[in-house]
Amino acid sequence: MNQQLDEQGRLKHFLTIEGLSRALLTEVLDSAERFAPVGERAVKNVPLLRGKTVVNLFFEPSTRTRTTFELAAKRLSADIINLNIAASATSKGESLTDTLRTLEAMQCDMFVVRHQNSGAAEFIADQVAPHISVINAGDGRHQHPTQAMLDMFTIRRAKQHFDGLVVAIVGDITHSRVARSEIQALNTLGVAEVRVVGPKTLIPTQVEALGAKVFNRIEDGIAGADVVMMLRLQQERMNSPLLPSAQEYFQAYGLTERRLKLAANDAVVMHPGPINRGVEIDSAVADGSQSVILHQVTHGIAVRMAVMSLVIGTHAAAGAS
Amino acid sequence: MSLCLAGARVIDPATKTDKCANVYIDGARIVKVGRAPKGFIADETIDLRGQILTPGFIELGAHLREPGLEHKATIASESRAAAAGGFTSVCCTPDTVPVIDNASVVEHIKQRARSARAARVLCLGALTHGLQGDVLAEMSALKASGCVAVTNADHAIRDTAVLRHALAYAASYELTVFLHPLDYWLNRDGRMHEGAVSTRLGIPGIPEADEIIAVNRDLTLVEETGVRAHFCRLSSGRSIALIARARRAGLPVTADVALSNLLFTDRDVGTFDPNYHLRPPLRDRGDRTRLRTGIKKRDVAAICANHEPHDADAKATPFSLSAPGVSSFDTFIPALLSLVERNAFDLSTAIAAVSQAPSEILGLEAGSLAADTPADICVFDPAREWVVSNDSITSAGKNTPFLHQTVRGKVTLTVIDGRIVYNTNG
Repeated sequence: MNQQLDEQGRLKHFLTIEGLSRALLTEVLDSAERFAPVGERAVKNVPLLRGKTVVNLFFEPSTRTRTTFELAAKRLSADIINLNIAASATSKGESLTDTLRTLEAMQCDMFVVRHQNSGAAEFIADQVAPHISVINAGDGRHQHPTQAMLDMFTIRRAKQHFDGLVVAIVGDITHSRVARSEIQALNTLGVAEVRVVGPKTLIPTQVEALGAKVFNRIEDGIAGADVVMMLRLQQERMNSPLLPSAQEYFQAYGLTERRLKLAANDAVVMHPGPINRGVEIDSAVADGSQSVILHQVTHGIAVRMAVMSLVIGTHAAAGAS
Repeated sequence: MSLCLAGARVIDPATKTDKCANVYIDGARIVKVGRAPKGFIADETIDLRGQILTPGFIELGAHLREPGLEHKATIASESRAAAAGGFTSVCCTPDTVPVIDNASVVEHIKQRARSARAARVLCLGALTHGLQGDVLAEMSALKASGCVAVTNADHAIRDTAVLRHALAYAASYELTVFLHPLDYWLNRDGRMHEGAVSTRLGIPGIPEADEIIAVNRDLTLVEETGVRAHFCRLSSGRSIALIARARRAGLPVTADVALSNLLFTDRDVGTFDPNYHLRPPLRDRGDRTRLRTGIKKRDVAAICANHEPHDADAKATPFSLSAPGVSSFDTFIPALLSLVERNAFDLSTAIAAVSQAPSEILGLEAGSLAADTPADICVFDPAREWVVSNDSITSAGKNTPFLHQTVRGKVTLTVIDGRIVYNTNG
């Protein structure tokens, strides 16, 4: 039984891509298509979530994910509170369970959660009262499902469909929750091949079991690819036992115009942001004609509106029946 | 006080016994298994027909949590849970607060255990001061105060020179060293077996190399120092082969496996169930098969409950933040019997692995039903079904994957030194 689905198979939480059907992922994308024009209007909101209270519960710092969730909630006319809880605050004092109880007592309807530990969103969804929906905004190295969906949305807009696509994900796969969600979403939506590209220190054990083909040389990994997704290289991975230096990483894995020529002629370049220019991607590529990086940000709002309205809708339906 | 335990199927691997018989006990010792000795008059006879009688189980490494962690469990609660699980002797690990690295802590534990009047508690002393891995513990004093072995528990020793000296020093006093094969650096960040499941869940992995490197390192040091060593809680199939080879080469080494590692695999972590957060980690199916074969072929002699009771809060948290370990005394017999039922090994091998083998490892007199040995006895009903619940578990730790499940097999009688410490027979 998938924890995030109700008896009718509808989304009541959005925790992970794992176990979700192609139909459900497509429903999210189609719904996001309907929300996308809202942002282009003079009055940028719809009353779908009026009277609902959304809490951005961030145990780990974030700017863009938090902001786009906030915008998404506001465009749905929900009230939104941002809570940035430093890890030390919970480790020193209140337990996670107590924090949740306190917020529940404030009669909130939805938690958007980011946490540094894998499985935290599942844990929170398990703990909260039945009327509360939980959306995972990134848990440890596990999942970042709304990021994956906005990337799927961006790919569908650029390529119209997923059939036959070859997608290369380049960078630190081991520590990336985005990569795990992407690999599962791409496979569910039926692309031809998902590749992961990076040095062996950044490719997790048996990643093939998730449905990805491993390449250690970027030239091989992006050859003929329709989509090239570059991952952010975290500061703490440079000059570590995993990588000697940012310079060497750029030399070996940085996406340059020359390397991009190895991909399909109409390949698009993506990046979940924030970008390290000159570390994983050359500025000329990031700002070039094949880059859809800024579209990803814009699409993030529509996709998050879609996810929020879907899960709240499921709860409303459950309440009505 | 004389006792007649009547009509059970008696299984005692040490004396190669497997038959329906009466067991006669006088005072603290076994008089005979079979016909009544001449002139024997039992003060009490207990009818145990349909049940199985074995030597009391001996646990090689339980966390009793006292002193220092009484919010999790106490010596009284856990020695009673041990008795309810058929254990008559329990080795307690030295990772208490304070650590068992001096005789006064040993005295304190012994005194608490005496007043609990349940399972016998044997102390494992620390190998290094405070288990810090820097300064040797006062092993001579620990031995004199009654510690049955010394160990650094699952605190990996960073400095191999310290480990080498500690083993040599222990060998000087003919102490057995319990070694948890861990490489400090490879073990440090991991929370579960490194494999397809850890990759899918994004949980930092503990590579198999952690254990393999440590087993190889430790075997080299055992050979050099001549210390008698017992390898605790092997989790990887490849370690079994290394230990078996060392034994064939004549090294004085033995090993055990935790029952959980024989039952489960990393797949059971499923969706972050903290009850499967264990140390050593649950490894993959191939490892589990090789561990079971290791017990069957007796390359690994002993099975350990690895009992680690926790308070509810310790598990009410995301997987990686939860405290590792499972409370396993109460469900030990049904879990062990389930392995026999699945043909992992036969019942006699299973009983030997929890009685005769740990007794030999510790050099105890118990672990058999031979005449004139301590009357430490466990009786269980292999067919009785019961529901594992917060109320039916004796241990203060309710952290078990079997919670809310119906299991089969229940201990009904535990006798220690001829004294009935647990009895649910009429």
